Order: sequence, then C-alpha cells, then structure tokens
Amino acid sequence: MTIFGYVYVLGGICADIYLSSKTIFMSIHSVFTLLHSTRFGAVRLLMSFIILLVASATTSATGVNYSARSIAIAISQEPPDLNTSTSTDSVSFMVLNHIMEGLLSYDQDQNLVAGVAESWELRSDGATFTLRKDARWSDGSSVTAHDFVFAWRKVLEPSTGSQYAFILYPILNAQAINEGKLPPSELGMTAVDDHTLEIKLFQPCPYFLGLTAFSVLNPIKESFYLERGQRYAADVSDLLFNGPFKLTQWVHGASMKMEKNNHYWNKSNVWLNTINVPYITEDPNARMNLYRDGEVAMASGLNEESLLGALHERMQIKTFLDGSIFFVEFNYRDKRISANKNFRKAIQAVFNTDDLVYKIQGSPGSYPVYTLYPRWMKGVKDDFVREYPQAKPELNIERGREYLALAKQELGIESFPVITLLAGDSPGSQKISEYFQTLMQQTLGLEIKVDAQIFKQRLAKMTAGEFDLVMAGWGPDYNDLLTYGDLFASYNLNNRGRYNNPEYDRWVAVAQSSLEPKVRMAAFNELQKIIADDVVIIPLYERGAVYVQHSRVKNIARRAIGGDPNFNFAYIEPELELEPEQEKQSP
Amino acid sequence: MMQFILKRLLSGVITIWFIATATFVGMHVVPGDPLADAKAMSPEIRKNLEARYGLDKPVLQQYGIYLSNMLQGDFGISYTQKNRRVNDIIREHFSVSATLGVLALFIATIGGIVWGALTAVYKDRWPDAVIMFFVVISVSVPSFVFAMLGQLGVLRLNQWLGFSLIPVAGWGTFKHMLIPALVLGLGTMAYLTRLMRSSMLEVTNADYIRTARAKGVPPLRIFFKHQLRNAILPVVTVLGPAIAAITTGGFVVELVFAIPGLGRYFVQAVQQLDYTVIMGTTVFYGAFLVLMVLAVDILYGFVDPRIRVGKSSG
Amino acid sequence: MKHFIPTPNDFLPLVKAEEAEAIVRPSLSYWQDAWQRLKQNRRALWSLYLIVALLGFSFVLPVIVSLDPIKQDLTQLSQSPGLSRTSVIVETLPWSGRYAEAAISTANTPNTEFTSMTVADLRLVANAHTESVRLTWEPLAGAAYYRIYRHILVPSGSTDLGLPLGATERPAQVSYEDRLKLKTTDYYYSVVAVNKAGVDSLFATLKVSAHHATGINDAISRGLLGDVIDRDNVLNTEIQLQQHILGTDQLGRDMLSRLAYGGQTSLFIGLVAPFIFVVIGIIYGGLAGYLGGRVDEVMMRFADFVIALPFLLFMILFRVAMGIGSGESGILPMLIALVALSWPSIARLVRGQVLQLREQPFIEAAQLMGANSSYLIWRHMLPNVMGVVLVSLTFAIPSAIFTEAFLSFIGMGVAPPTPSWGAMCNDGVKSFLSHPHELLLPAVLISLTVLAFNLLGDGLRDALDSRMKGSR
Repeated sequence: MTIFGYVYVLGGICADIYLSSKTIFMSIHSVFTLLHSTRFGAVRLLMSFIILLVASATTSATGVNYSARSIAIAISQEPPDLNTSTSTDSVSFMVLNHIMEGLLSYDQDQNLVAGVAESWELRSDGATFTLRKDARWSDGSSVTAHDFVFAWRKVLEPSTGSQYAFILYPILNAQAINEGKLPPSELGMTAVDDHTLEIKLFQPCPYFLGLTAFSVLNPIKESFYLERGQRYAADVSDLLFNGPFKLTQWVHGASMKMEKNNHYWNKSNVWLNTINVPYITEDPNARMNLYRDGEVAMASGLNEESLLGALHERMQIKTFLDGSIFFVEFNYRDKRISANKNFRKAIQAVFNTDDLVYKIQGSPGSYPVYTLYPRWMKGVKDDFVREYPQAKPELNIERGREYLALAKQELGIESFPVITLLAGDSPGSQKISEYFQTLMQQTLGLEIKVDAQIFKQRLAKMTAGEFDLVMAGWGPDYNDLLTYGDLFASYNLNNRGRYNNPEYDRWVAVAQSSLEPKVRMAAFNELQKIIADDVVIIPLYERGAVYVQHSRVKNIARRAIGGDPNFNFAYIEPELELEPEQEKQSP
Repeated sequence: MMQFILKRLLSGVITIWFIATATFVGMHVVPGDPLADAKAMSPEIRKNLEARYGLDKPVLQQYGIYLSNMLQGDFGISYTQKNRRVNDIIREHFSVSATLGVLALFIATIGGIVWGALTAVYKDRWPDAVIMFFVVISVSVPSFVFAMLGQLGVLRLNQWLGFSLIPVAGWGTFKHMLIPALVLGLGTMAYLTRLMRSSMLEVTNADYIRTARAKGVPPLRIFFKHQLRNAILPVVTVLGPAIAAITTGGFVVELVFAIPGLGRYFVQAVQQLDYTVIMGTTVFYGAFLVLMVLAVDILYGFVDPRIRVGKSSG
Repeated sequence: MKHFIPTPNDFLPLVKAEEAEAIVRPSLSYWQDAWQRLKQNRRALWSLYLIVALLGFSFVLPVIVSLDPIKQDLTQLSQSPGLSRTSVIVETLPWSGRYAEAAISTANTPNTEFTSMTVADLRLVANAHTESVRLTWEPLAGAAYYRIYRHILVPSGSTDLGLPLGATERPAQVSYEDRLKLKTTDYYYSVVAVNKAGVDSLFATLKVSAHHATGINDAISRGLLGDVIDRDNVLNTEIQLQQHILGTDQLGRDMLSRLAYGGQTSLFIGLVAPFIFVVIGIIYGGLAGYLGGRVDEVMMRFADFVIALPFLLFMILFRVAMGIGSGESGILPMLIALVALSWPSIARLVRGQVLQLREQPFIEAAQLMGANSSYLIWRHMLPNVMGVVLVSLTFAIPSAIFTEAFLSFIGMGVAPPTPSWGAMCNDGVKSFLSHPHELLLPAVLISLTVLAFNLLGDGLRDALDSRMKGSR
C-alpha cells in the first residue's frame, strides 16, 4: 500500500530525528528551566552551557588507551560492502582483513603465513590445503572446507555479479561458470572432508597461494548466508566472523567498533581488545585535526599543509608505499595522434618525472618511476627493481622537438591539433595535469586541454576511448609482478588505450605459464623494456602515503596488498613513568 | 482551512512528481556509467550487474518501475553500498542533518531576535554599529571560511587548554554539534537580525506604542509586551525558507566537521553516480521542502490573526 | 546715476506670456530622482565605486598589464606576497652518490651494540641550496641501509626526526641527495642506520641552511637570463626572479593574475546569470500577468514547480548532468543551471506587480485613450516594474557569486585551470595554515564584492521606494 510505505519511511525518520535530537531538546529544556528560575538568565544560560561542556569533556574517546588495550582510528568513508564475494574497495578490505581470515594470511612483513589452513601444497596442476581443526566462526562452529567451496562458487555465480570473479579464473572451469556456461558445481574444487580442500588448476598459477589471502576468497558459512538472504553483510548481526576481531557496532556513516574475537584460533597473539572507528570522514584535514586532538591513533593522507603542522608539533611522521603506480596512458585506437610512436617519444624526451615528484608533488615517500613495477615486489632473490633496474630515459628538449617534427611528417599534418588529456578531478590529479599541460606548451609547443572528470565519468570515457592521453594509475590485486605486467596485454580489459603488441602478449604468456622464477623475471624484464622502448606509457611515480602515528603504538602493518592499515598484531607500549607528559605535543 | 490544506497537499504531490521526473531525466542524460569501477569488468559480469539494478530494461519501463516503487515508499538499493537500502540511508543520514539544522535554526532565531532587538533599541549608538558590523561580515564572508576558522579556533582552544573541551570534528554528542550549528546558523542569524531590526523600528512609531507610552506603561513592559511581540511576526514568515536553506545547505559544514549528514552523502553519491541514492535524496528533500513551507504557512495563520490562509490564497 | 523716466509704453498691459506656468527647474524623471537620492547615500555610493573598482581590476587590469594566470613558476611555489627576490644560478647535473667499500657493511655487529651507535661525520658534499642538498657520512659497521630524515626543528628524540625522506638503495651507499621542495630555511637532517635484523641505530643530525637557487636549464628555458648562452659565465651569479606582488599559489602561478582572471569568471557568472534570469523572469511573469486567466494559472503553476526544486541539490545535479567537456571552462553549465533554477522568483515578482498595475487608474485611462498593448507595456508597465526588479537584481548578484564560490569550493564548479575566486579558495584551504594568502585573498575579494552589492542593493531599495521620497 502506498500510504503505508510513506508512513513507514516518514515515521522511521521522525523516530530517528526524535531520538537523536533528544539531547538537544533536553538541553534546550534545561536551559529554559534555568531561565525561568532566575532573573540573571543570560548568566545562567552561559553557565549551563559551560557545565554541559565540561561535564562531558572527560568522557571523550582517546586515540590510544593502554589499560583498555584499545585504539581509535578514523577512516575515509563508510565501508561500502562487507560481503566478501562482491566487495571491491580498500576501506571494506581494511575492515574485512580484521574480521575475516582466508586459507592463508599475511604477517607483519608481508610474508604469507598459515591462516585457516595449517599446511598446503601447490603443484602446477592444483593445490591441496589442510585446514586447522581449531578454526572457528564467531558463533562457535568450525570453519570447514565446505565454507570455502560455497564462498568461491558464490563469487563465480553470474547472479552475484562479483567484479573480482576473474581472480578465480586460474581454477578449472571457473571462467565458464562465471559466464554462465557451466553450473557452479562444476568448479574444480572439492571438499575432500571437513578439513581438506582440493583445488584443480587449469594452468600453472605461481601466485595462487597469495590469492587465498585475498578477502574475496574468504569463507562464507552457507547456512548463515542463506538465512540472512538479501541482508547478508548489511549490518553487524548479518555477518559471521572468523578473523582476529569481530564487528560489534556499526552506525552507518558515523562509527564502527571491532572487538577481539574469542573464537579466533590465534587469539593469544592478538594484543588489542578493541579497535574503535569513531570517525568517518573523507576530509584529511579533519582527520589530522582529530589526531592533533589526541582522538585517533593515526592519520593518513597528509598534505603539504598538514605535514608542516606535524613537523612543528613534533609528531612521528611515517611513509609507506601503497602499491599504486601512476602513469600517462596513450590511446592506440585508429587514427589517434597518440598512436604515433614518434609523438610518444617526443613527450618522453621532455617529461621530467623528477621535477613532478620532487617539486610539484613535494610529498615525501613517493618515488619517480621509469617502469611499471613497484620497488618492493620480489624478483628472483632480491627486489625486482634492483635485479633488473630500468634506466631513466634521457631528457632532451631538442631531441623531443625532432621527434615531434618526425611525427608531424609521418602523420602528414601541418600542425598538431589540441591534444586531450583525460584526468581525475581530485586536487592531486589536477596539479599533475596542469603541470603536464604547461610543460608540453613550454617545451614542445603542444596545446593540451585537460578534461577533468569525476571518477565514473572518467572511467566511462576511458572505456569508450574518448581521450588522447589519460592520467591513470594501477594498484595490485595480488602479490606477483603479473598483476602489473599483464596490464598492457592486448586482451586485458584494463588496457584502456587498447595497446596491441603480439610481442608483449608473448612475454605475458611466458610469465603466466611458468613456475620458474628466473624465467618469469626475465619475461617481466622484457615487458618493462618494451614499455620503455615503445613508450607504451609515461610512468610518473610510485605513490608513498604519508601518515602520522602515535609513537607508543607499535606493529601497525601498512601494506599494499590485503587491507591497509592492519592492526591484527598491533600493541601499545606502556607510558613511561619518567615522561608523564609524553603524549602531549609541545607547541 | 481544510480545503486550503488539501489543495496545497495536492499541488505538493504534483510538485514531488515533477521533481522525481526531473531527477530521473537528469540522471539518464548524465554522461558516465554508474556501474563502472576502477577495474574493468567483462561483458558477462556487467550483464549480471545490469540485471541486478534493472538497467537492462527500456528507459520508459525503468521510469514506470521507479515511480511505482517510489509510491510504495521504496527508493531501491544503493549502487555503491551494495547491501543498503536507500530508505535506510536517508533515514540515518537525514536525522543527523535535521538535528544539526534544528540546533542551527534555534541558535539563529534566538540570536537574530536578540541582536535585532538590541540594535533597534540602541539605534545609531555603538551597540548598533558593532552588531551591524558583524552582521555585514557574516552576510559577506562565504560559509566555508567560517567553517575552517571555527574548526581552527576549537583546535587552538583545545591546545591551549591542554585537553579536548570541544571535539574538532565528528558526530555523536551535543558537544559535537555546537560549533557546526553556530557556523551553519550564522548566515540566517545575520539575515534575521536585519529583519528584526527594521521591523522593530517600524513598530516603534506605531500608534499603539505611543498610546501605551502616553498611558504610562513602564518602558520594559512596552518593549516586551508590545514592541517585541509585534516585531517578531515577519521573522516567522521567513522561517520556512530558512529551514529549507539550513537543512539542505549543510554540505560544507558537514564536510569540514566530518558530520555524517545527508548533504555530504548526496555530494558523494553524485560523484559516484549512485542513481538510486541521488533520486531518493532529491525526492525526499523536495517533499520535505513542500511540507515545511506548508507548515509555516499554516503556522503563520495561527500567529497572525489578521491573516486568514483560507481566503488569502484565492 | 541715471534716472528712470517712465514712458507711455510702460503703462500698457503685458503680452500674455506663453510659458508662465512652465517648470523652470529641470524636470526629474523617476530614474533621475532615484539617482539623485542614491547619490546622497554615501554607503551605496562607495559600494558603487567599489564595484567599479572590482570590475576594473578583473576586466581592465589584464588588458593594460599582461597577466598570465596559468604559467607556472616552479622556482617560486606558494610564495607569500612580496617584492622582488633573487636567486643564484646553479648547475643541476645528476649525482651518482658516494659509496663505501663493501667490507664494512657486511660486518656483523650485535643488535645491542648497534642500537647505541651513530653514523659518524655527517656532512654536506656541496653548497646547500633549494635545488639540492647533498649529504654524505661515514659507513657504520653492520648497516644494511640508512634512513634519512629532514626536520625544521631540532630533533628531540628518535620518534621526532621529521620527514622521512627515504632510504639508501644499497648497503655501500653512504650519501643522499634531497631535492624535495626545499625552501630557504634551516633544516636538520638526521641519518639512522638500519641493520639486517631491522634494528635502528641512534641518529646523527646536521643543520643545513639552504639558499635560493635556480637550475641553469630552468633559468634558460624560463628566459630569466635573456639571450646569454655562455653557461660558464652565468653560473653562480645572482639573478632577479620574476615578481609576484601578491605571491604565488601551490603551482607557482601568479596570484595577482589568477585573482584578476578569477574575478572575470566569478563576476561574469555573478552578473550575467542574474541579468539573464531577470530578463526571462520579466518576460515570463509579465506575460503571465498581462494575459491572466487560465494561461496565467498554468504558467505560474510551472514556476511554482521550479521554485520547489531543492536549489543546491539541483545545481549540483545540473552541473553533473550537463558535464564538462574536455578543455571547457565549466562556466556555461553553471550559468545555465543558475538561470534555469532562479528565474521563477523574478517571474513571480513581476507578475504580482503587473497584476497590481493592471488595476491602476492611469492604466485604465491610457486604455480608454486608445493606447495599444505595446505602448502600455513599454510606457507604463515596464518602467513601473523596473524599480522592484532592479533591487532584486542587485540582491541576486551576490547570491549568484556565493553559489559559484560554494560549488567551486566543493569541487563542482568551474574546471581547472580556469581560475575563479571560489575555486581558488578551494585550492587555498589546503594550505591555509602555512600560506594563508592563498585562501584569504580570494575570500576577501568575494566578501568585498558581496558586501558592495548588498549595500548597493540597500541603497537602491531606499532610493526607489516612493514612500521615502523627500525624506532626505
């Protein structure tokens, strides 16, 4: 019934307004009573306000509490989706990595360690996982191999509409199931018994173990899922946890609270009792101010301004590489000027990546890059970038102009039309695109127009190919160079510029199908050579996130893969007796 | 009276339909793709998602479904928060905006009346000049500047005190609301002060005041009983638009002070092209405005006996 | 003295004068009268001057002086207002760094011992300047790599070393080059050695004062050296940097230029949008009022619908729905949205006035005397409506300017690099504490404009109000 629907909505809203504004009305009421009871209303009014303020001042949450073993943090947005099979964003993954656990998980130093599985074996045609007997859901029941089978099939089921379904494609029949050609029961995985999981791979997958730590591959208890139906993961009571923490409070858009999960098998190694999330704000300035005020234990996303303040107030400043690589991508679709190699070489010859990172961005922790790979990914033994360093392209404005003249000749044009640079609308990307625009004008005389679009419109334009150049970035899905390397394979849907080079595809295939690190790393090296020689992209920088952290909180894991930040093994050092005022920052 | 209300309600329903349609059309000419995400998706996965949100149907049919769902008070499921209903989102976030708005309006009204009366009493003397100077400032300076300064002021105060007297941001207790409400209500307060001042001055020369004075009524009594009471009337008329401006205009304050209000949520939804949330919010706010204006019109009829709403609106 | 002698002619009656009753003083039209009264209102007059000055600043100044709101001066980022600055020309060749013999770094030092050691002899390699600071130190036995920090205060402890600039790449490397946004202040560099187990040593600190420098290539491409090609001669000489009277923003763009061009955007939207919607409102409202009856009812019902739309929500929606194409400034979508949402209030106002006027005796008289519609509208209706309309136009301007500023502030306004005062405030907010001029200058201009138009509006209202006639 129509009327009832409205009554429901409006009634609910009224009830909520009433409840949440009760505090206001009560205080207003008390103020009025005071006003009535005295002749000096104004004075009493002021006093009552002050009393009201001071009385509740002591109860305000503190960012770090040693005795309660609790910390408070602010996150940038409400986690959009805590259903592991459909979740796609970093905030949800951050929360999920505290409340859920996969077969394997990451330790403090980004190493894969045992999770729900206590032992495992990876072969070129499959894998076997033995699950620990003491792994429990937060309702006390065992986490079994069936929970994994159910969850992974759910991810692949077409009706789920999971965007990360592709990550399971190395498993036999996974792709066919996701495309609706086979029923989910045909998936190449079986629960041999409650504690043994058998996986069949359709091609060798060297990074498969890393995938099992990814949130999308977390287990889901079938009976619970079916019972909750549409509401699964919508609220605290609609979730079952098997991670170190459980979600105990979730006020949408406002706050969350995670508390230690007593059913967690490794609970003796979890020090914290509570992770409070009392603030949800996308404004980095507000987060910084909360940190300053001692209400949160750390604040991320610092800009130049807040950094200066942090220095003056002697805060502990840290950086970490969040795995994102940024670059300018070209459009290779027919007849685009950007498809001309000399044109691209001209831009490469004049673009000063160092200036961009050090002078324009000026944020510590970011590094200029000349390749597609981040500096922390492993090669054969050492970091890949040290084993196969990629030289910085030579800067030469004269050479750049020559390339441009050549391009003009090849294209048979009198002068270059205005080139479109598609970019995001965030301040950071505005800064870079405006710098790029000015630089091209000043060095090559190229006129660039910046097409700044909101996220979804930019994506739509990227997919449709409505750009000459686009400012793009890429973050890793799993801990293997392939997550970066296959980006410009001709069939990759994320290759929005439609770069198509059989040679490139061939090397990707080598890296995909081999289990031998040496062969694979050599292949990745070939890929980065192609990227530099053919100027597939102009690499810009590897992003370093700058943050401030309370100096007594230790072991917070900052990581590029798996939710960030992670407090599973964080602890607080006791306050030193000698310095009782340590917490307070001197002005 | 009843007929007047019914008539207004009917036109309100048509207005809401108009808003709903305008939003629907707006949303469907927006360039961009609500389903797009940072990682590209295969056509198969995309098809699955489109089916989930009914985007695979013809536009007219989508419009029909949208209207009929709306009539049943169901705004659908959010695109970005995949397992939350838009109804829940509106309910949770609007209550925050409304709470803030009520407090802001309270501060603005009380402040406006008090300052306005003061300026009128001390016309052309220094209190008048000082208050009017601040009024002029608060009308001319953009609200985001005040919001920034307010937050900075609180921060400095806390640092000076050595403990957190007022939180710099966030939501939850009465303390969280004070500064944001003050910033939010500032513009309206300035406006009401001006209004109150001129209406007080007008009343000062009225016959009944002169009569009262001639009869020897004490000045304070004249002030409260006759002057203030009559001067407040015009203030009531602008409360409707003021409520609208305050509850829908909290974007900046909500953003700066990290308040989980509907305004901030709306801006986010627009940036992420969350169709259902955008349409739901707009229609809801439209309905809210219509109701508020109607309520104030009726209220005015009660406050001022000279006005009979039933007749005046022909 | 000449005596007056009357003649008979003096006793004749005067010829009847043609213009005895003529108005000798110049006749004042409604507008002239209003203008006279406005001139007596000092506040309004000063506001008018201020508006003219602001218009001149935005539209005339860029014509007289060549200003470039987009050009970036990378040698002067976020420069505060001031006069000329000098800089030293330096060579900026890449530095390969300094490396120790590998033997030292592979040595093994116990953790307990390592935590109480510091790197020795932390020193500068070359002159420290804003293009680069080059550091080196003596290797520490057992160090796997070194971390380098930069502070603006004297470090007080191991958690207070300042900005983590980075780490050395190889164990043997005992040098670091800092190029990260260096300013002409004192810096405290600290170096911490880290061993293989990830244990930190104590820190060593060095105070460094950097002076302003410009890379030679930079200076040449920027034209700071004129036509000098002799690189060796100009090295280490002092040059005059470009002047930025009001400083620069975070991209090194001249604030004065941006304020002037930003004013063009803001004032253009603020003036043109109200003007257009007032014209539309007059036509629409006038038509509705003049035609009356059923047409009037339908027309006004539609206007009511538009009024009922939540204004800011629809401004944002319109802006997104229209989209901003590549290279467009985004002024047009905002203009259209503003006009589309704002005309009905004027239309309502005009309609009300016209309805009132229709009943006035002088209109009836004119009609009786055979005046046709267009005469009635042009001669009687329009001039009488104009007063009210003009006042609401003056008040619509500041609110349009506010709307532009507000939308640009939340990132839904004009597209960069188009400057507007609101967008500049948005940029400036982020660096409010360290470079307050980036927020304050545009905010002050917005405030001044809004203030001026509000006061002018007050003055106009008083001047045009017929009840006030002769009160001064």
